[in-house]
Amino acid sequence: MVTLDHYLILSALLFAIGTVGVFLRRNIITLLLSVEIMLNAVNLTFVAVGRYLGSVDGQIIVFFVMTVAAAEAAVGLALVIAIFRHGETLSPDAFTSLKW
Amino acid sequence: MDIWLFYLFALVIVGASLGVIGQRSPMHSVLFLILSFGALAALYVQLDSPFAAVAQIIIYAGAIMVLFLFVVMLLNASHEDDDPGARAPVPVGVKVSGCLLALLLLVELTWALTRVGRPAVEKDAASADSVSSVHEIGRVLFTDYAFAFEVTSVLILVAMIGAVVLAKRKV
Repeated sequence: MVTLDHYLILSALLFAIGTVGVFLRRNIITLLLSVEIMLNAVNLTFVAVGRYLGSVDGQIIVFFVMTVAAAEAAVGLALVIAIFRHGETLSPDAFTSLKW
Repeated sequence: MDIWLFYLFALVIVGASLGVIGQRSPMHSVLFLILSFGALAALYVQLDSPFAAVAQIIIYAGAIMVLFLFVVMLLNASHEDDDPGARAPVPVGVKVSGCLLALLLLVELTWALTRVGRPAVEKDAASADSVSSVHEIGRVLFTDYAFAFEVTSVLILVAMIGAVVLAKRKV
């Protein structure tokens, strides 16, 4: 029998993996991907708890989280392109040029 | 049977997520993440949430990840070690403290999330019908959450304009 705890622990694990990715990687695209992993961990929690409570609200929140993730990816990648055009690099070190 | 399917998909998800952060080529990271999203959609199906599963495949794996792939190919994103802008590797202190923080987060999240006891997710067939009903999702989305839904469209518009302005050559 799969219990709620199984899903919640998997989700905590995914969130921790996303955190490690943000700290260890030096590529701005991989950083954005790590953020996507964390968002998905939260999505899994919403769906699992929504199923446990027998309500569709969990899936509706997931829908909104996906919308926010799409907006975040669009703006984040536009920033990446703008900065790459400026410095020919994807390293977060190059983002110091944001300090005027 | 269910539990073995869960462990299989959980293994794929965790393995693919480790693959995303574990190696240095952005292209491979994106492909690993698509694999992870596919397995996650399978878990959603197990949770009687076909709407979330289909949205996961179409929106996440289909749209957002293709956007990432476009950018990786457009910028010809190099191997992380070949990046001329990377001044120094991540200091060991940052690596260790980052891993420690993530470990703490994992322990704390697990503790906090499992306070609800050990109930089975699949309780009865009746609630499975109400949860998996797309009809019910549509009704709730356009009545109770109608305002949030409209605000979402504004958010998308703002993101679209922001992306165009940021990526334009001359502002």
